[in-house]
Amino acid sequence: MGETEMKAGAALEEAGRIMTICNSCRYCEGLCAVFPAMERHTTFDAGTLAHLASLCHGCGACLDDCQFAPPHEFAVNVPRTMAAARRESYAAHAWPRGTGIAFLHGGRITAAVMLASIAAFLLVLAPAMSGTRGVLAAPGAFYRLMSHQMMVAVFGLAFVYAVFAIAAGVRRFWRAGGAARAIGRTTIAVALNDAARLRYLDGGGAGCPDTQDAPRDHRKIYHHLVFYGFGLCFAATTVATLFHYVLGREAPYPFLSLPVLLGTAGGVGLVIGAPGLLFEKLRRKRDFADAAGRPLDLAFVLSLFLVGLTGLALLALRATPWAAVLLCLHLGVVLGFFLTMPYGKFVHGIWRFAALLRHAAEGQTGAAESDAAT
Amino acid sequence: MANGADLPDSIDTLVIGGGNAALCAAISARRGGASVLVLEAAPEFYRGGNTRHTRNMRCAHDSATAFLTGPYTEEEFWQDLLRVTGGETDEDLARHMIAESKDMLDWIGQQGVRFQPSLGGTLSLGRTNSFFLGGGRAMLKSLYRTAEALGVRVAYEAEVVGLDIEDGVFRAARVRRGERTVSIGARTLIAAAGGFEANTEWLRDSWGPAADNFLIRGTPYNRGTVLRLLLDAGAMPVGDPTQCHAVAIDARAPRFDGGIITRLDCVVFGVVVNANAERFYDEGEDVWPKRYAIWGRLIAAQPGQIAYIVFDAKSLGLFMPSLFPPVQANDLGSLAAKLGLDPSRFQATLAGFNAAIRDGTFDHTVLDDCRTEGLDPPKSHWARRIDTPPFYAYPVRPGITFTYLGVRVDRNARIRMQDGRPSPNMFAAGEIMAGNVLGRGYAAGIGMTIGSVFGRIAGREAARHGRN
Ligand SMILES: Cc1cc2nc3c(=O)[nH]c(=O)nc-3n(C[C@H](O)[C@H](O)[C@H](O)COP(=O)(O)OP(=O)(O)OC[C@H]3O[C@@H](n4cnc5c(N)ncnc54)[C@H](O)[C@@H]3O)c2cc1C
Ligand code: HEM
Ligand code: SF4
Ligand code: SF4
Repeated sequence: MGETEMKAGAALEEAGRIMTICNSCRYCEGLCAVFPAMERHTTFDAGTLAHLASLCHGCGACLDDCQFAPPHEFAVNVPRTMAAARRESYAAHAWPRGTGIAFLHGGRITAAVMLASIAAFLLVLAPAMSGTRGVLAAPGAFYRLMSHQMMVAVFGLAFVYAVFAIAAGVRRFWRAGGAARAIGRTTIAVALNDAARLRYLDGGGAGCPDTQDAPRDHRKIYHHLVFYGFGLCFAATTVATLFHYVLGREAPYPFLSLPVLLGTAGGVGLVIGAPGLLFEKLRRKRDFADAAGRPLDLAFVLSLFLVGLTGLALLALRATPWAAVLLCLHLGVVLGFFLTMPYGKFVHGIWRFAALLRHAAEGQTGAAESDAAT
Repeated sequence: MANGADLPDSIDTLVIGGGNAALCAAISARRGGASVLVLEAAPEFYRGGNTRHTRNMRCAHDSATAFLTGPYTEEEFWQDLLRVTGGETDEDLARHMIAESKDMLDWIGQQGVRFQPSLGGTLSLGRTNSFFLGGGRAMLKSLYRTAEALGVRVAYEAEVVGLDIEDGVFRAARVRRGERTVSIGARTLIAAAGGFEANTEWLRDSWGPAADNFLIRGTPYNRGTVLRLLLDAGAMPVGDPTQCHAVAIDARAPRFDGGIITRLDCVVFGVVVNANAERFYDEGEDVWPKRYAIWGRLIAAQPGQIAYIVFDAKSLGLFMPSLFPPVQANDLGSLAAKLGLDPSRFQATLAGFNAAIRDGTFDHTVLDDCRTEGLDPPKSHWARRIDTPPFYAYPVRPGITFTYLGVRVDRNARIRMQDGRPSPNMFAAGEIMAGNVLGRGYAAGIGMTIGSVFGRIAGREAARHGRN
């Protein structure tokens, strides 16, 4: 493991204890990817545990089905332990070294960065705002507040930094997981499909059994709204950049233009999906959740919600005197989001994808067989 | 609610127990039109006794299904049962059960229980046994949900402590409810309260003090109270009180409820010695699935009811992992010391074993030709020298799964009384009557078959009796 060696913290250690139990039991092997992946090992180092933790979608099915769940003395709680282990492994691998502390300090750092970013936009752009009387409807109006070059420079830099930091972190995570099999086109296709459908957030096919005995499936739907909403927002920005540089058309764009349609759909996805996830989270059985990680989750969900909300508000009110303030808010929120991406729950998407990729590469072979005898 | 508790005074069908047999009976009685109350001694989390710990069931079927790789005919099932019990089974009942088992996978599926499909071919798919998706607790969850949706009432922490039986006719049960004891009358009784494996005093009656060294793999709630009450009220017993399903489990396991994860599957890879550092049985007699269920009894017959499975570095990783790590040492003398065995005797036993090996081609997936010559007891297959450090050992004790002594029943799951007549309104299903079919031995997955088949029959017959 060398430079990427990861020290097992308390949560990873507990994950090791639990995986040893599950590996002797294997009753849950039909529920999700975690158990078949686990069966390929007889001992569990920190890198393997981090991989298994990121494979766990926290659906809760195995806790519901476990004969050794608390109050049994073996106290097996896979979803909670894996959630804590994920957070611990995000922290251990964060780039640059030391920044991982953000994962251990709840949502405070995200909140602080977000507020600072909004405040900066409001302060810096205040002088320019007075000149517009707030209304920002005509083409090029945005850039009277902040030049396009400036926007590109600020957001481009923040984005490149986020991509780089996340990549560095996930690279260390990948290496700690040990040598992976060759990754071919089918492997990538399988992993993309598993991620795009959230295949394993379904409690072995019966839906997430998260609040009561009868399974439900709402988290998956809300996540799809957020995931694809986020994707559409990203697409909107990309198309707008092309409009600007290739077609020479300046924002704001008409309501029926491609960037605005994409952004609106994406924003709606975020604005419905994020509170939906929050709602599911709050009413979820407490014993599934990693309580210490909750503020971090909330910070992430809220920032996505704010990205969507401020974007839609700006669109709706751009012909009113509120537009300039809303632009500052929206830009502040988006910049804050970019800056905190590598140090918050956003990384789950990337890490989980990496884990699904490794799982797909390992294929469905190689597991020791459990027999019928009990 | 005149009895002052949250329970009714009377009901059509009273089901005692909360496992597979009880729930199948309750659902079937309810579907037959009876009002049903289930009394489960355990608190809700521990509901369903040993059923919580199961993973599969064995049913006859004529062709492969999504969950089974090939046909398993009634005749083949019967031959398997005949072989494991050595003929100690009631052929008529057993064949009846096997015939009824054919319909069972569908019926269980209709009650909401899901089986494990093949995910890319590596999951445990068997030809004879169907695996519950998520294991026994998931299976129970589906049965409880279905039962409650049908209107079956379930009371937890409701231990039956007395039965009012007159001349083979059930009248009422006395139920401990917190501080008080209440009486509940019913037209029919279905006893599905498990065996007596968790009752050490009862085990001691037949096993002597050795019973104190047994570990109980499953629920601490199967204390045989209802079985005892029925026998005392004149039910005809079946089976030998020392007969049970018992396997070798890690001696460090908890006294009760350690479940599947303490079982050890490495006997065939090494040698097993007792407290005197002597071998006592052919470790390589046959493939493990055919032999795992004899080792509990073998160890129960050893001094102190303890033994040690010893193997070397060559075998590590060849078998299913288990909860506790093996005891490890770099030489056999230190291993003996760590196990508390006499080092010179231990080394002599292993030297004798190593010297008797006739080399062959080791293959743990078939009955290979690695065996000992001139050694007593021999090791007939998979015999390899124990010579590659580090050396490992697991201390093992008898792990009791469930007992076979029970009440005799007829094809309708009706309890037979000592005069040979069937009781008009008492039925039994599951462990409490397993001895009718299993006089001794075991075939994986048959515990659940006994519970489901006779539970379903008992419920149906109880409802029919109530209607007449
Ligand atoms: C670790 C383990 C693994 C196993 N795996 C398998 C397997 O894969 N396949 C298989 O076929 N078999 C397996 N078995 C055996 C199987 O568990 C039993 O054969 C089966 O569950 C018996 O079902 P039952 O309903 O008769 O008893 P149980 O499921 O044990 O239910 C008996 C119930 O009665 C209740 N009870 C007891 N006394 C009273 C009282 N006085 N009043 C009220 N309630 C009472 C108990 O609380 C319990 O809920 C396994 C057993 C163990 C221990
Ligand atoms: C490979 C891609 C992704 C996968 C496999 C994935 C998977 C998951 C899973 C399994 C959860 C539930 C975790 C839990 O409840 O503990 C979750 C939560 C969440 N995801 Fe994703 N995700 C991915 C990408 C994304 C992206 C790109 C976004 C949006 C930017 C996103 C937003 C969220 C949000 C807001 C939550 C709720 C946070 C929480 O409640 O903790 N996800 N994700
Ligand atoms: S969660 Fe429980 S039932 Fe599932 S594999 Fe692990 S120990 Fe077994
Ligand atoms: S994805 Fe669901 S079933 Fe799988 S380990 Fe996580 S909580 Fe358990």
